[in-house]
Amino acid sequence: MKGDFFIVWEHRTQVLDGLYCTLFLLFFSGFASIVLGVLITPLLMSPKRFLRSSSKAFVDAMRCVPFLLFVYLIYFGLPSLGVRISNWSAGAMALILYNSAYMAELMRGAWQQLPTSYIDSGRAFGFTGWKYIRHIILTPVFMRALPMIGNQMIQILKDSAFLTVIAVNELTHELNGIQSTYFIPFASFLTALLIYWLICVCMEFVMSFINRYANERRA
Amino acid sequence: MENRSQKKVLQISGVSKSFSGKFVLSDISLDVMQGETVCLLGPSGCGKSTLLRCMNWLEIPDAGSIFLTGQRIGVKEGSTHKMSDRELAQLRAKIGMVFQSFALWPHLSVLDNISLAPIHVLKRNAREVHEQAYELLEKVGLLDKADAFPSNLSGGQKQRVGIARALAMNPKVLLLDEPTSALDPMLVGEVLAVVQSLALEGVTMVVVTHEMEFARQVASKVVFMDEGRIIETGEPKSFFEYPQTEKAQRFLSRFHGLQSH
Repeated sequence: MKGDFFIVWEHRTQVLDGLYCTLFLLFFSGFASIVLGVLITPLLMSPKRFLRSSSKAFVDAMRCVPFLLFVYLIYFGLPSLGVRISNWSAGAMALILYNSAYMAELMRGAWQQLPTSYIDSGRAFGFTGWKYIRHIILTPVFMRALPMIGNQMIQILKDSAFLTVIAVNELTHELNGIQSTYFIPFASFLTALLIYWLICVCMEFVMSFINRYANERRA
Repeated sequence: MENRSQKKVLQISGVSKSFSGKFVLSDISLDVMQGETVCLLGPSGCGKSTLLRCMNWLEIPDAGSIFLTGQRIGVKEGSTHKMSDRELAQLRAKIGMVFQSFALWPHLSVLDNISLAPIHVLKRNAREVHEQAYELLEKVGLLDKADAFPSNLSGGQKQRVGIARALAMNPKVLLLDEPTSALDPMLVGEVLAVVQSLALEGVTMVVVTHEMEFARQVASKVVFMDEGRIIETGEPKSFFEYPQTEKAQRFLSRFHGLQSH
């Protein structure tokens, strides 16, 4: 058993490559899905019916599709439409589209819980349209949604493991490779698991910092 | 005072409003002159807050009209069409509002709360706005709190920031919706003192309040409402000492009753 872990240790550069890939996917897709979510949220709350229902259709579609199938759809579906993208891009795209729907949905929830008095005060001081959303609504919504955004980031980390099915060289993929070469499933998968857990612990730590900052700016 | 040519700042005529079939305002007419402090009094649910919120179109009346220095609010000039959001926003920017629940923006420091709308709505120079913000903070006695966030302030401090925020818009009229009713009794005085100093400076104000002593001292006109109607209007001295209507007498006697305890 000790020997099994030793084999994993000998392949540490491969494991680290996988870790970098996973971390990069996490930050890149996480950031992009937050930005996209911030842009979709006002559409979900729009007084214009067309914008509201089409954005809601997107969010509902994403929420009801198993992530694994969605990854397949993008990876195999896009080339049949004539769009050729790399494994990594297909994987990142799937993560971003899928999770931006969740980000938008949880920010919509935070928006609906804003006290009506902020909305009134924004209106009373002459804010309208995008200015009103940008200055009065979005930051408080974001501050309120932060703990849930942190949870969703953890979800992105875990979803990224699925991308092994389209051969993205992330952590799961690398350790699965080691496992199948040397037939050491327990040691490999346990190592992967511990690394994912460590990443989560670090994210929790960062979130608690951000939360402390946000607390002062919440009502 | 008498020979000063008095300008109508707000002209409200025939305003009615109902919520699900029940009248909360019926046929309200009222003028607010420049420099006046009008206090709206009346029992809870009499429609005074709704009337105040109609004045900047946060509530939309079912009937009647409201003019701000001659300009119709909510309806396009010379037509029956609704104003666009943008036109309405421009008018609202000329009306200051202070909320019962303060409604400060929690994500902004005190200084930014005061400066946000002057910079982004009125498009004024940021440095000038900040200078004015510091002056206003000094006026309300909170100069040392410029960088604090609302969550770190007491209720009385929040409301004084709320007043400074409204004043930074250089409004034609300041609407105060029960500015002290969410405060601990200990903190009411500091807010009322600020409002009183504004009245002395000649800031035009409409104040919804339950503070009878304050209304008596500060109001230049008292408007007593009940069940969505204006029952009595008058000078504070005559209203408080010789109320004309039975409803006003009953309303005031309840307060005298409370005070004698």
